Amino acid sequence: MTGILVQRFVLLGLMGALAACVDQANGGGAGSRDQITAVGSSTVYPFTTMIAEQLVANDPDAKAPVIESTGTGAGMKLFCAGIGAAHPDIEDASRRMKASEYKSCAANGVHDVMEIQVGIDGIAFAEAKNGPKMQLTPTDLYKALAASPGGKTNTARVWRDVNPALPAVPIQVYGPPATSGTRDALAELILTKGCEASDPTAKPLATSDPDAHKALCTRVREDGVYVDAGENDNLIVQKLQSNPNAIGVFGYSYLEENKDDVNGVSISGVAPTYATIADNAYPGSRPLYIYVKKAHLTAIPGLRNLLKLYAANWGMTGPLVKRGLIAAPTAIQARSAAIIANETVLDPAVLK
Amino acid sequence: MSDTLVPQIPVSNAEPVRRVPTDWTTQAMQSRIRRRYASERRFRFAGLAAVWLSAAFLAYLLFSMVSQGASGFVETRVSLPVDLAAAKLPVEPARLAGRGADLALAGAGLEGTVDLAATKAFGKDGNELLSDGAWAVVRDAIKADPSLLQRKTVFDVPVSSPIDVAAKGNGTRDAEAVVARLKAKGVLTRGFNAGFLTAADSTDATRVGIWGAFKGSLLTMVVTLLLAFPIGVLSALYLEEYAPKNRWTDLIEVSINNLAAVPSIIFGLLGLAVFLGTFGMPRSAPIVGGLTLALMTMPVIVIAGRNAIKSVPPSIRDAALGIGASPVQVVFHHVLPLALPGILTGTIIGMARALGETAPLLMIGMRAFIAAPPSGLNDPATVLPVQIFLWSDQVSRGFVEKTSAAIIVLLVFLLAMNGVAIYLRNRFETRW
Repeated sequence: MTGILVQRFVLLGLMGALAACVDQANGGGAGSRDQITAVGSSTVYPFTTMIAEQLVANDPDAKAPVIESTGTGAGMKLFCAGIGAAHPDIEDASRRMKASEYKSCAANGVHDVMEIQVGIDGIAFAEAKNGPKMQLTPTDLYKALAASPGGKTNTARVWRDVNPALPAVPIQVYGPPATSGTRDALAELILTKGCEASDPTAKPLATSDPDAHKALCTRVREDGVYVDAGENDNLIVQKLQSNPNAIGVFGYSYLEENKDDVNGVSISGVAPTYATIADNAYPGSRPLYIYVKKAHLTAIPGLRNLLKLYAANWGMTGPLVKRGLIAAPTAIQARSAAIIANETVLDPAVLK
Repeated sequence: MSDTLVPQIPVSNAEPVRRVPTDWTTQAMQSRIRRRYASERRFRFAGLAAVWLSAAFLAYLLFSMVSQGASGFVETRVSLPVDLAAAKLPVEPARLAGRGADLALAGAGLEGTVDLAATKAFGKDGNELLSDGAWAVVRDAIKADPSLLQRKTVFDVPVSSPIDVAAKGNGTRDAEAVVARLKAKGVLTRGFNAGFLTAADSTDATRVGIWGAFKGSLLTMVVTLLLAFPIGVLSALYLEEYAPKNRWTDLIEVSINNLAAVPSIIFGLLGLAVFLGTFGMPRSAPIVGGLTLALMTMPVIVIAGRNAIKSVPPSIRDAALGIGASPVQVVFHHVLPLALPGILTGTIIGMARALGETAPLLMIGMRAFIAAPPSGLNDPATVLPVQIFLWSDQVSRGFVEKTSAAIIVLLVFLLAMNGVAIYLRNRFETRW
């Protein structure tokens, strides 16, 4: 009795497995795709997802876009892997595309890429409400965080070691990992600035010996003072609350959302606020981009609409600003809107 | 031959010297006994402490998840009077029946009407109080009853995420002041958030739902089970019952044991290279997730299956063969039914591991924002553990409780899956 039952059970399973195989043979393949796919920065992710949601809300027949948060660098690799349904249409980037990345794009046939700046983000430094109320400069941060400031191994343990005006509080910084665009911005906007300000030999190195410049200016120390907190910025906020001496590095939107729990740390006397980041007074502000493959505009339904929706929402009082985006100056908004309207492709000569 | 082995013949009639019984009362003996008992007690205490510690961890986990997540199933609503008659929305009643109803109402400016009603009822920033999905609630009500368009009606609509969090006692100071004001007016109510169980991912914490990820997990698990179970069981049967014992089968056995110990991320890389790279299957699809997880689950099922088949007494096989059963009949009528409970236990362990797995799925792109539940095996989808991971990274505070609520759903899914397996196991269980 049970024997027959078991036989049926196994047969059923086998049939199911076969059915699954047939299904995979029919449905798979890299032929066509009718939903938008986007990859890239975790900083731009919340904004692109919001636009995607609006796209679906406005048109019930639209397929829901698929948006992955991979980090800018990993996203560029996926984006540049080729043209066609198997490759993403949009890359969210929290920094500009590098010339080397464009080269790998072009090598795989991705020539016509539209570069659209959607807004600005600031990398904010923050401490707990009951923290020591730090006042830092890029030079302080460079001397505290670089692996070898001035060519010597970094031995600073307390903030007073890097600047006698600062309190004798242990240096402890929670920040993003090396694959993150936020980390690139930290290196470029803060550490390089501090490096070149404190060491006059650094600036010429950038052109004569980029590797030496990197080692001197942007390599972050690995002796436990800078704690790599992963891509999870909420975790950094929690760590700051439990450790009032620590300083956290994350995107401005997290500071905005948690302003009851953490305070922004002023850099060169400028506090991270919407106004200071928007007018570039705060040193940690950086542009946010999306990159779109022109060849996909007609092939993927809804892609043009998505771009139009982005343009309609990135204004000063738009919904994206409520989500934590900082609107770009009106001139840049107009330029980006023109790129969308005329489908202007990026000139690779402007990339670094 | 030595003398000692030869039984000695008593040479005299004297009684052999009797062994003096152990004197348990001496000081030395007493202290030895005390030490023995003490070590016995210590061991028992250590064992009990280990059990209590693990129970305490489990209780803490369940308590913290339920206490944080329970509010995720509840939403705060505000009573909003909307005068639809005065708004005079340009909608033809005929269009409210078909598929175009959503589009018609959105095009007629229903969202603006609802925002306007909120500003009228709650002051200048009134529309900030409402969730992005508030107007959709009004829309669905109108679709269900078009006559609402001719009336002034009070709708209970969900509030925005900051207000919702504040009403649950964890919000910012500004939001809590607003909540106190609304409470004084008596317009706040609470209710079960049905949308959480039926909707998919969203960027607004008040509109998110777990159904998209749940369905993704379900589809992925179905593919995994349908592939891993039959292939695993057949491999185990062949290796135990038919395979000759030689170096090849030894090699296969070692490989399977090794495969069961391979870290799951490796299977993700394999899936990425083989299913996405070589076969060109769609990214983020449950079919690829299922295939990848099946690779991971199969060795566990094979190992458990072989052990279960091994433990079926050979006498049963001999008896069946003896009365004339063919080898296939022996396997399917006798060995497999008797081994099934053990095989199912192995399958549960493998499937439970697959259900909680994130690492290989990240590699094949199942870590994505998808605003609609998947409708088939090739549709982009995400799974429960990845959804939990994604929500834990969200900026908005409203996602904290949603993350815990999603964990509760995952645990319930796991319990249900194990429950089914235990039921099946008991149904096939045979004792001898």
